[in-house]
Amino acid sequence: MNTPARRRKWKQRDIAPYLFIAPFFVLFLVFGVFPLGFSVWLSLHQWEPAAGMSAMRWVGLDNYMFALTDPWFHRSLWNTLWFAVVSGLPQHLVALPLAYFIQSRLKRSRNLVVGAYFIPYITSSVAIALIFATLYSKDYGVINALLQALHLPGDIDWLGDASYTKPAVAFVVFWRYLGWNIVLYLSALQIVDNDLYEAATLDDVSFWQQFWHITLPLLRPMIFFAVTLTLIGNLQLFEEPFILVDAEKGVAPSVMTSAIFMYRLAFSDGDFGTASAVSWILFLIIAALTWVNSRLFKRAEDHDVSR
Amino acid sequence: MIKLVSLVITATALGLIAHSAVAQKTTVTVATFPDLDRAAKAAVPRWNALHPNVEIKIVSLQYSDHHTAMTTALATGSGLPDVMAVDLRFMGKFAEAGGFEDLLKPPFNAALLREKFVSYTIPQATNTKGELVAMPTDIGPGTLLYRKDIIEKASVTEAELTKSWESYIDAGKKIKEKTGAYLLADAADIRDIVIRSGVKDGEGLYFDRSGRVLVDSPRFERAFELGHKARQAGIDAKVVAWTNEWSTGFKQNRIATQMMGAWLAGHLKNWLAPDTTGLWRAAGLPGGTYASYGGSFYAIPKKAQHKTEAWQFIQFMTVNKETQLESLRVLDSFPALAEAHSAPMMDEPLPFLGGQKARALWRDIAARVPAIPINKYDAMATDIIRDEFENVVAKGKPVKTALADARALIERRSRR
Repeated sequence: MNTPARRRKWKQRDIAPYLFIAPFFVLFLVFGVFPLGFSVWLSLHQWEPAAGMSAMRWVGLDNYMFALTDPWFHRSLWNTLWFAVVSGLPQHLVALPLAYFIQSRLKRSRNLVVGAYFIPYITSSVAIALIFATLYSKDYGVINALLQALHLPGDIDWLGDASYTKPAVAFVVFWRYLGWNIVLYLSALQIVDNDLYEAATLDDVSFWQQFWHITLPLLRPMIFFAVTLTLIGNLQLFEEPFILVDAEKGVAPSVMTSAIFMYRLAFSDGDFGTASAVSWILFLIIAALTWVNSRLFKRAEDHDVSR
Repeated sequence: MIKLVSLVITATALGLIAHSAVAQKTTVTVATFPDLDRAAKAAVPRWNALHPNVEIKIVSLQYSDHHTAMTTALATGSGLPDVMAVDLRFMGKFAEAGGFEDLLKPPFNAALLREKFVSYTIPQATNTKGELVAMPTDIGPGTLLYRKDIIEKASVTEAELTKSWESYIDAGKKIKEKTGAYLLADAADIRDIVIRSGVKDGEGLYFDRSGRVLVDSPRFERAFELGHKARQAGIDAKVVAWTNEWSTGFKQNRIATQMMGAWLAGHLKNWLAPDTTGLWRAAGLPGGTYASYGGSFYAIPKKAQHKTEAWQFIQFMTVNKETQLESLRVLDSFPALAEAHSAPMMDEPLPFLGGQKARALWRDIAARVPAIPINKYDAMATDIIRDEFENVVAKGKPVKTALADARALIERRSRR
């Protein structure tokens, strides 16, 4: 009589740990693994979503071929790479020296300054888009008013002329993620041994020479990390161009990133299969570029060591 | 006819009352979006009086959220409402997919009801299989709204604006020169109407019935050329509708005319430019063109729970003259029900338009708008045409090349 009850008790105790970790795994399965797997499945099908699940038709790799040969996809890839470089590179070129300057020269105002740079990062992108749309406005914008005050051509249609839309959007992306990179670099700078700087100062090494010969080499791991994050983030760029340049505008394709193209395929053309294929192509490109990036950093490191 | 309808409604009401003794309260879910939701909300009190046992639950999401949510619901077959409001833009995609009940079949039998609506709305709700998948509730007869004060300052007459597209553009040059105001918000507005003029019977906007792409036809060439001409003349403000710049343009008296559905007058009055009351007038579109902008429909998903009640509600919203006129009153939505067009309300002077009896004008326009069949690839084709038009006006790409490229890409995307 006693044994079965006891056994049951043991069983319950066996199950308990799994129950405790279940919430995470259930949520992860539902919102993580399933969509991922389903998008692979979807990318191999032609599907009219409004017709229901039964309307799925197997097409194999057809969607991938279709996407890879689509002229708009090529253009979106070019736009994405353009943004990755033009809005990504300056983030680091400015954030690195700026972080160094903040770390070494600012004392009491440090947190305030860092906070100010970090604010754009935590501001809602819709609010940002609204503010910048107003700043960039052709007829009522502050930027054009400023240009006019400086006697420069001040009737630029920043978000309506295809030759300006890309730089205008890239600037917003730069402005938004600069603070994030500053914080990353500052955190790395805090673990650099102060003795190095003191020794260098005693040896009459100038401020910027210290930056060049001490700070930069020691920051390399963090640079690698930050550049990787920028690379991934910029290749998935969606919000800023999507909200700044209305899709109904004729110039919208000039800032159409691959993520936007994917969105339009799914929600404007109703072609969820090809949209899924594009997302996987994009994933492969991001993976490849991240790998190249890590190789480049690694090689530079090996080079350093051998020297 | 009115008697018959009210008789039917009374009969169903009586039937329901008799039924209610045993039946529980049914809840009909209506998925809709602003401003259209106001029409349903306004109609609910009268509906409740007639159908005390059928409760109406209105679920309203923002325009694009609503249509995305409905796409997902149709795809998965779950979370579908009993009544789904659909904007014309999404009709093409939704109608072909087969997720809606064919209202021509029993128990709906809407075949006879079709005649009650402004005629061009029915092909918009009919798919290539010949199924009627939705009922029209409001329409947007295309009109040219213009600022009387601005054109008078430039000594331009209404006739000059409407005589032909060329004279419209010439008038724009005069207006720009004398007042500094732009003729219109976006040169693309001209393109969008000219492609709608001279559509042959049985042709769609971008595709014919057999799916052949029509974008290199003369009407597209003319549309692109006229749009290009307007852009070159510098008479468009280069702002897209529904943006901040657009509404600021109206508020600051910088845009002299706007071609849009008649309902725009309501938007101008309510929030776009309330201070310009009395300064606007309405006219027909330039060049004797008849076109319509948008329109809203109600459909019943195949997987809806309460189809009988849903159908009753749809009829209450669409073929009930009182409801249709109430919608006109509360949100200036133009009735799709032809019968409502003869109501005295249609001949009332509109203070926003300086006392003009514009609804009568719009009624005449509505009666003459050609019926253009829809295609599920219309939205995709619109995107591609918009892009090639930009290439023409901004980069000087030759019109013929642009249209040939557009055709190639549309064929490529639609052949799948």
